[in-house]
Amino acid sequence: MADEKVIKFPVEATHIMMFRRSIGDYSVADTGTEQTAAPPTFPQAAAQFDPDYFLRIKPGEDWFGSGKDPSGVKGTPASSGGLHAEQHFEFARPIRPGDALSVVTKPGKTWEKESKRAGKLMFSERITEYRNQNGELVCTARGVGVKTERPVDQS
Amino acid sequence: MTLKASEIAVGDTFEEILVKDLKRTQLVMYAGTSGDYNPLHTDDVYCREAAGYPGVFAHGMLTMGMTGRVATNLFGAENIKKYGVRFTNQVWPGDDLSGSAVVEAIREESGETLVDIKLTTTNQNGDVVITGSATGRVDP
Repeated sequence: MADEKVIKFPVEATHIMMFRRSIGDYSVADTGTEQTAAPPTFPQAAAQFDPDYFLRIKPGEDWFGSGKDPSGVKGTPASSGGLHAEQHFEFARPIRPGDALSVVTKPGKTWEKESKRAGKLMFSERITEYRNQNGELVCTARGVGVKTERPVDQS
Repeated sequence: MTLKASEIAVGDTFEEILVKDLKRTQLVMYAGTSGDYNPLHTDDVYCREAAGYPGVFAHGMLTMGMTGRVATNLFGAENIKKYGVRFTNQVWPGDDLSGSAVVEAIREESGETLVDIKLTTTNQNGDVVITGSATGRVDP
C-alpha cells in the first residue's frame, strides 16, 4: 500500500483573521493576534498547504485560467472543475492559532445521477481527518463533489 | 460567553443578513484565504468564453462560510460540534443572501448540553442556496 499523503497545516492567527474577513465575519477584533477559535469552515484552507493542490498556479505548469486566451489550456473540457454538492464538518475540539494540523484525505463513495439541468452527474465523496500536534483528532470533514456532463443550465 | 440552554427554546428562529450585493472582490478575497483559485470564481473571461457560464459565481464554501456566521454568532466558533450543508443553487455577484437558523432540539449527550439547528440561506428571489444543520454546545 502506498504511503498516505499527509498535509502539514500550521494554523496562524493572521490566516484566521483574513479568512474571517473573506466570509464577512467581523464578530472578532481584527488585529491578527486573537487566539479565538477558527470559523468552522476554516479546515478547508488546508488547500494552501497542499503542495499538489490543482486549483493553484504552479511555476512551469499550464494554468487553465484566462491570459492571452480565455483558457490557458488547450482542449480542456468546458466544465473542467467540478462543483461542490455537500460539505460536512464534525469537531472533536476547536481549531486555534498554534495548532499544527496533520491532514489526511481518503476517497469515499462514488455514485451517479441524471439531471435535467446538467446531464449526467458524477458524485464522489472525500473524507478528510485533521489531527493536532498531539495526535488528537480535531475535525473530520466529508465533502461531496459533482462533475457535470455540461454546465448547469441557468434558465 | 457561551449561550445558556435556558435562553433558547425549540422553534426559536434567528435570522441574519449575510451579504447585500455580493461583490466579485469578496470572491477574490475568499479565493485568497481558502486557497481555492478555481477560475470559475475569479475569472469572468474564462467563465464566459471557456467554461460556458454567464460569469463568475461564488465558491460554495464562501456561501457555507457566510452561512456559518449564523451558527457561530449563536454558539461561538469554539462551541461548534457539527456543521454541514448541501449546496442547492449557485450564488452570483450582486446576490443578497439571508441566513436563518431554527432550533430543532436541545439535548444532553456525554455530559454536554447540545443544541441542533436547521440552517437555510436564501437569495433575493427566495431561492434556497444552502440547506444545512449545525450542532453547538451551550451551558446547561
